[in-house]
Order: sequence, then C-alpha cells, then structure tokens
Amino acid sequence: MSLVMPKPDQSVLDRRAEIIAALQAIVPGEGVISRENELRPYESDGLTAYRQPPMVVVLPETVVQVSRVLRWCHDNTVKVVPRGSGTSLSGGALPLADAVLLGLGKFNRILEIDYADRVAVVQPGVTNLAITRAVEDEGFYYAPDPSSQIACSIGGNVAENSGGVHCLKYGLTTNNVLGVELVMMDGEIVRLGGKQLDPAGLDLLGIIVGSEGLLGVVTEVTVRILPKPETARAVLLGFPTVESGGKCVADVIAEGIIPAGMEMMDRPAIHAAEAFVNVGYPLDVEALLIVELDGPSAECDHLIEEVARIARGNGAITLRVSNDEQERLAFWAGRKAAFPAVGRLAPDYYCMDGTIPRRRLPEVLQRMDEMSKRHGLSVANVFHAGDGNLHPLILYDANQPGQLARAEEFGNDILRLCVEVGGVLTGEHGVGVEKRDLMPVMFTETDLAHQQRVKCAFDPKLLLNPGKVFPTLHRCAELGRMHVHHGQVPFPDLPRF
Amino acid sequence: MSTLSPTNSEELCDAIADAARTETRLEIRGGGSKAGFGCERDAIILDMRGFSGVIDYDPPELVLTAYAGTPLAEIEALVASKSQLLAFEPWDHGPLFGNPAGKATIGGVIAAAVAGPRRLTMGSARDHLLGFEAVSGRGERFVAGAKVVKNVTGYDLPKLMAGSWGRIAAMTQLTVKVLPRPRTQATMVIEKLSPLQAHAAMAQAMGSHAEVSAAAYLPAAINDGRALTALRLQGFEPSVEARCALLPDLLRDHGTLRRLDAQEAAELWDAVRVAAPVNDGRPLWRVNVPPSGGCAVVNAVEPLGARWFFDWAGGLIWLSFDGDPAAIRAAAGRAGGHATLVRAPAELRAIVPAQHPRAPGVASLETRVRRAFDPAGIFETGRFLDDAHAN
Repeated sequence: MSLVMPKPDQSVLDRRAEIIAALQAIVPGEGVISRENELRPYESDGLTAYRQPPMVVVLPETVVQVSRVLRWCHDNTVKVVPRGSGTSLSGGALPLADAVLLGLGKFNRILEIDYADRVAVVQPGVTNLAITRAVEDEGFYYAPDPSSQIACSIGGNVAENSGGVHCLKYGLTTNNVLGVELVMMDGEIVRLGGKQLDPAGLDLLGIIVGSEGLLGVVTEVTVRILPKPETARAVLLGFPTVESGGKCVADVIAEGIIPAGMEMMDRPAIHAAEAFVNVGYPLDVEALLIVELDGPSAECDHLIEEVARIARGNGAITLRVSNDEQERLAFWAGRKAAFPAVGRLAPDYYCMDGTIPRRRLPEVLQRMDEMSKRHGLSVANVFHAGDGNLHPLILYDANQPGQLARAEEFGNDILRLCVEVGGVLTGEHGVGVEKRDLMPVMFTETDLAHQQRVKCAFDPKLLLNPGKVFPTLHRCAELGRMHVHHGQVPFPDLPRF
Repeated sequence: MSTLSPTNSEELCDAIADAARTETRLEIRGGGSKAGFGCERDAIILDMRGFSGVIDYDPPELVLTAYAGTPLAEIEALVASKSQLLAFEPWDHGPLFGNPAGKATIGGVIAAAVAGPRRLTMGSARDHLLGFEAVSGRGERFVAGAKVVKNVTGYDLPKLMAGSWGRIAAMTQLTVKVLPRPRTQATMVIEKLSPLQAHAAMAQAMGSHAEVSAAAYLPAAINDGRALTALRLQGFEPSVEARCALLPDLLRDHGTLRRLDAQEAAELWDAVRVAAPVNDGRPLWRVNVPPSGGCAVVNAVEPLGARWFFDWAGGLIWLSFDGDPAAIRAAAGRAGGHATLVRAPAELRAIVPAQHPRAPGVASLETRVRRAFDPAGIFETGRFLDDAHAN
C-alpha cells in the first residue's frame, strides 16, 4: 500500500481512554464502540485495498449528540472521520488510527414526505433506495441511482455527489438536493437551502454536496422527488468498432435525444458479462450499447424508432428492441452484473472512474490497450457513454507480489490519460484517498489552495476527515497569507488609483 | 467613476493584486445590465467585456466554453444554430432596469444566477455551470470544475460561483452545459382559478406523467380580469401530444383546458420570464418559497397593495409593491423562503438590502467563504449592505 495517511498523533492515542469516556458521556449505552474486535467492521469502506481500524466509533442518534461530539472533538483537537453506509469506492470513509469514526447509521428515519411540493425530508442514514420505496406507491421516485443504491446512504450520496446510470437525464445528487442541516466541526448547526429552489445568498449547499465529508456532517437532507416515468424501453445495439459505437452515441445526442441511460461496454466486458449472466449479448461486436428511453409510451415508441434509425446509419450489426419489461431488464442484467462478471476473470479487480470528452473515446481505449500490455494486466471497460464517464476495470491478483502496485500504477496512468484528453480524475466515485495524490495532475497548487481555503472557512483546525481529497495538508494560517503578485510589473496600461 | 478594462488574465491579476494592495474596491461588471440591482456604490468598475468570444463548442459533447464577457445573445444564437439551448433560460435584465437589451454577458447571468420558468424542472445557472477559470481577490488565477458534463473532482466551486454576484472572483472563462432545444412545445391553460386552486392544479400537473416543464399563474387582477393558469410542455411532438392529452382528464375538477396558439404561448412565457405582468414601475420583488407557501405570502401582501403572479408552480412570486419591505420579508420568511428586492428607487436600495438577510450562522459562514477567496474584501462594494468590510 503506497498510500501515506497523516501520521497518528501519539498524544491523542495516549488520551484514548479519556476520549472514549467523553464520548460515552455524550452518547450513552451502546453508541460508543471501542473494543478491538468490534472496530474491525469499520476498518475500510468500499475501497477495501486500504484498511485502518479507527481509534473509536461513535454512533449518535440525535443532532444534539452529533453537535456535542463534534464540539468536544474540536475543543480537544481530536480528528473525526464521518461515515454513512461505508460504500465509498474512493476511501472517503477510511478511518484514521487517531480519529473518532462518526457513524450516521442510526439516522435512519424518513421525516417528511411532501407530495404537494414534491420533496422528501430524510435523515442521512436512510438508504438511497429507501427514499424511492417510501414514495413509489404514490407514483414518485428519487432519481439518482448509484449502483450501490440498496446499501448506500443519502448522507453518503450528498458527501460524494453520487451519480448513477440515469444522471445524464436526471442529474447527479447535487441537482436533486434542495437543503441540508449541517453540523460544523465546532458543533454549530446551520440549515442551508430548504424546500425552495434558490438560496438567498451564496450557494453554500452547492459546495457541501460533493465535499467528501470535509466541510461538515449532514444530519438532515431535503431531496426532490419526481413522478416515476410511465414506461421505459431499451435498445440493445452492437457495433463492429468502438468508433462506430461512439459515433452513434454522438449522433443520438446531436439529434436532440437525451436518453434516460446510455451505456457502452467493450469486448472484454461484453464477453465477461455474457459468460456470467447469459442474456444473449452478441459476442461478435467490439462495442455494445444499451440505450434506454423513458417517459410516456408515445415518446418511447417514437424515440426507439429514431435511435434504431441512427444506429443503422452507423452500421450497427445487432439491433434489438425490448418488447416487454422482462426483456428490458435482461438487456440491463449483463451491464449491471458487469463488475462481478469481470470479477470472475481474476481474483481482484480495480475499478476506475475518469470522465473524458466522448469524442476521444476510441483514442483513449486504444492507448489503454497499449498500457494494458505494458503493465501486463488486462482491462475491461464499461462506460456511461452519454456523459463520458469511463469505468475501466483492471484485473489483478493481490496475492501475486507486486500486482496490486502495478494495478494502481496502471489505474493512475489511465486517469492521467483522462486528464490529458480534457477530462477529469473522477466522474462520480470521488477523490477520497484513492485519487488524492493525482489531484496535481488536474489542478495547480494555486487551484488547490483556493479549494483548501474553503475548507478553512468551515473547519480551520482541519480536524474533519483529514488526509482525504488534498495531497498536501497546509495549515490554514499558511494558506491565508497573501503573496505579493509577481513582486512588481503593476499593470502599466491602466490608470492608477 | 473610473473603469479598468483588462483584456487578458495577466492584466486582470495585476489589476486585482493592485487593488488588494491599495485597498481599492472593485465592482466586477459584464454588460452592466443588472447594475441597478442592490445599493448604489462607488467602486472602480472592472469591465470584463475584454474577455469575449466562444472558445470551444462541440454540440454532441453538450458543453460550451466561452470567455465570461461574451454577450449572452451571441451564445444563445450560436447554440440555437445547432438546435441547442441553455436550459436554465437565462435572460437579459437590461430592459427591466430601463437599459437597452443585448448587453447581458454569460458571466453576468451566471454570477447573478439568472434563470427563467424552466428552472422549475431543468435547474438554474448553478446546475449548468460545469467549470470556470477566474482571478480571485488574491490576484491569482485559478480553475475549478471541468469541461465535461460529469465531474466530482474537488469541491464544486462552480456552484459557489453561480449567484456569487462578483463577490468571490472575477471569472474569465466558463464552461456551461448545453442541451437539445425541445422540438415542439405546447401550453395548456385553465381560466378563473383562485390562487389556492391554481396552486393545487399546478401541483397535480407537476406530479403527473404530463412532464410539465413550467407552470405559472396570473391572477385576475393583473390579467384583464381573467385569472390564467398556464402549463408548458416541451419535447418531441408525439410525446408532447400524448402528454397534452393527459391533462384535461387529470385536471377535470379544476375546469376546462384550452391550448394556446404558438405565438400567444411564446408571448406568455416571455412575459413571465421577465416579470412583465407586474412591471408597473413600482419596486419589484422576487420571492422564493416552497410552492405550497406561495398562497400565504400573497394573502399577506395583496391587501397591502401588492400586485403579483406565480411562476415555478407557485415557488416563485414576482411582486410589485411600494409598501413596507418588512411585510414582504416577513411573509417570505414565514413561508420558509426569502425575498429579493430586484428593482427599486435608489433611496429604498440604500436602506433595504437586495438579498434577504440570512440566519446569523449562515451569514457568518458566507462571509468566511468570501474572505477565503478575497481576504482584503476588495470585491465588497457595499452593494449588499451586509459587508462588514474586510477584516
């Protein structure tokens, strides 16, 4: 493991018993977990390559408890790592040896469903899918659907700005959250946003979403709920080349169609998925595309025809339209099982998450193929084709010495490539610890300093989730200094004032 | 009033660094179409129109990158030529403030979080700003966000920049999401509903499969005695037709629906977007509430002489009102929302903050965040009457 986390503070470790006692005074009963074997389940999140048992786990049940825990830790200079369901794929909830792990799992109630205003007010530990379950009888749903939606919490979704296969049409978490209650590191409770659409002043809610637990702890979330589309249909398309598949995607969008979902798989992913679930994916194609349309039947029928026409124009050699719900689900079954299917090909796989401008896809896959040969590791690709979010799955065997390191190196090369072609390090999984050290590939030191000063505005002692997102921990005082610009050359053409 | 007109980032960095050194306040300005918003102030104008032109636009990628001072009209014409649009429906405030149209810039509409009727379903400027390059109050150039539609790398500073009114940084370039222009639209209207009935009808329509993209209500008092509830549907023709066909049955308890002809509909939504129905010369307010709170707000202020209409299914109330501003702020607050004073005589703007006062904790957090980008407070011009001046 090449990851370097902030060095544990021995003086904090020495105070462990005192810290546990203080937490027990705030959260009584079984809300404080400190026995070594009971800490083990918290030692990692969805990024299991990294493990570290926390110093202690606290599971508060009320916002007042959260506030008092944070205030105590703030006043006593103890670090805190917040955690929802622990499904992060980027290590956002990775514990620290000298930090309190603050679990929000007991915040599991739906507080209010307001159909007239089409919002739901929920606690952060409610799972993503549970929101939809709570409103589906009235014909509504919560649109963002990360693949872990059965387990991941809405609080975690807010922290990570989670996406899903439908986010091209329906947006990410940030486009579907209207308000939060937030507890800051010093224990202060603020409400940002609400049931209305716009903020009165600065859009602070906008930076909370996707801040990866570094700015505050969310204790309540107001989300928009939408009427569930009347129907959904899918088309399964196979192409002889990645280029023709990519061209089809671009043409669909150029024709004014924003599908509910548009997923692409490359040859290795198609073969792995078909071998696993046997849903009849064509094996003689280089790219498989699933295009899902949703809405009124009249719209789906019309757009299916349009997509089929565009696909034929781009030389599709497979073209199947789902005739019923069962068939639609079958088209998706392979894609949804792609990760475990690829997982059967090797003992371990490493899932990447870059985004690229879609037009660069053929070139990116080509270069990824060269990298694969160079690193001696196979890769399969699934791709949210509509928005350019690429999920390369690198196959490796952690039991073979050096393979994990090589897989990480390969992954880093892929992400550098994504940035090089005009894309980004992460489309939906977050930076966490995983992509932390690659941040300088995308941002200059000045860019990062501007982000880190936002952190200082919320948490000047840098106690909340340290070691995540930013490669270097700068003290806020150091970041606050104004540097004299260039030293001289003061804008000679402009009037002095 | 003096003006600085940098034409590249180096000049801009120098101008801002100089201002920070000399404790001079700068007002970042595009076309000046919203200069009449907020308190009168006496700051050096930092004219951003030297940063103009589209940098990259590839329609199937759904992104457009332009310099911040590019006229909004130029960008709208370009994307329209590729059958696309800015889905948040930004609009030119110039005429509202008695200035000529055509001056608004893309940077200005983003910085002011301008959005139209479709904000209800398609999001606002914040939802469509993907990335930017700017110079902060430190005189340093920095970037945030990206030039692709899906990105979670680092803090989402574009959200902060949208609606920041030039108080964080001077944007030089920005990347916005563009979307296909709906191929067809239709507007269905019902007449003679009370505000309460209209709210219920709009809520029912918004919760249905009709996929209504915008919903507005003009009460009888401002619409020649005929209260009008309007629902806009957009998309591909077969879909729009099918969805229009759902509405008469869905809303049968509220009355009979009628379809406006295309020109009438276009005029209606243009008017709603720019607040024309209540643009009567009096102070103009924009009240943002949960949709179900809209009726309580108008019930409180109509007896005091307010003229008003609903957009965003009741979540946005445009009001013309020359009574006590505290009455509007109080009603908006009780409804769980806030009130913005958009246009008023200078004397009123000198004492009534344009933006609704925030809770103390939020206000101080906003100040700390602004200071993070602008430690010397050079972008605090006094426009918002809330700036405990720098440090």
